[in-house]
Amino acid sequence: MAATVTPEAVEKTVVEALPQFGVDESQISRDATFEELDVDSLDLAELSQIIEDEYGVQLKGDDVGKIKTVGDAIDLVVSRAG
Amino acid sequence: MSRPENATALVTGASKGIGSAIAKALAADGWNVAVNYRSDEDGANATVKAIEDAGGTAKAYQADVSNGAPDELFKQVEDDLGPVIALVNNAGVTADGLALQLDDEAWDKVIGTNLTAAFRLTRRAMRPMIKARYGRIVNVASVVGPRANAGQSNYAAAKAGLIGMTKTVAAEVARRGVTVNAVAPGFIETDMTKDLPEGVLDVIPARRVGTPEDVAAAVRFLASEDAGYVTGTTLFVDGGMSA
Repeated sequence: MAATVTPEAVEKTVVEALPQFGVDESQISRDATFEELDVDSLDLAELSQIIEDEYGVQLKGDDVGKIKTVGDAIDLVVSRAG
Repeated sequence: MSRPENATALVTGASKGIGSAIAKALAADGWNVAVNYRSDEDGANATVKAIEDAGGTAKAYQADVSNGAPDELFKQVEDDLGPVIALVNNAGVTADGLALQLDDEAWDKVIGTNLTAAFRLTRRAMRPMIKARYGRIVNVASVVGPRANAGQSNYAAAKAGLIGMTKTVAAEVARRGVTVNAVAPGFIETDMTKDLPEGVLDVIPARRVGTPEDVAAAVRFLASEDAGYVTGTTLFVDGGMSA
């Protein structure tokens, strides 16, 4: 059963997931870009997988290409679930 | 990094020939083996029995891998045997004919099973492998593709495509501990190659056709922990034919 999508829940998932890609937790904010955080396309694909497993929201390669910041990622997941 | 516990290898098209030999070789190396087959249930059961008689663990799974999403197959294997940490895309078909006379059905059938199905299985298999930071994918290609073989434009396209896919996917996931390689068998004694053309031995420096076990030994190596730094490559098992 997929968890309910709220901006707060998705933000928590993202913030908890990013350190496993080597991101320093103190640098994570909605405005931080994945480029600054040194999160690459494979990391984003894996993050998409974590989100899909948790919320049942599927992000495709095209979607992931448009995401620039942590906030973009959270907003996209929330909009897809709506 | 060492192989996770209960590591399971899924071998497609493993009821006979090269696939069956690969299943047995991986089981001998300590893998739980999911023996996939499409129609030859007796062959798959014989492969499982041979593995069990040798002290290994295996189970047969019927599934036509060219039929869309492989999720169901993976779930069954994961429930029964453990996480699929190795995938061997071995299932293959031929539908030969000169390009001038090759119809769409023969083209689509060979591309569908030998290339598209391998991609879909690979895409599905990588998810848990990336999570585990460990995985082995081995694609059974062919010397046909890298080199010509009149009457097999569809097969050559599929196998060359498989080698191209192997390289790119390997580059994408290498830093997660997942390796993706291919083996390229030459002339191997199987049902698929029983009608060998006259004079074929003249073009094989080893002057003999290969055995399924020759190919299986190469796959066993590529799937092993020892091959952790080998990725994106194609190992030719062809008695020197491509040399």
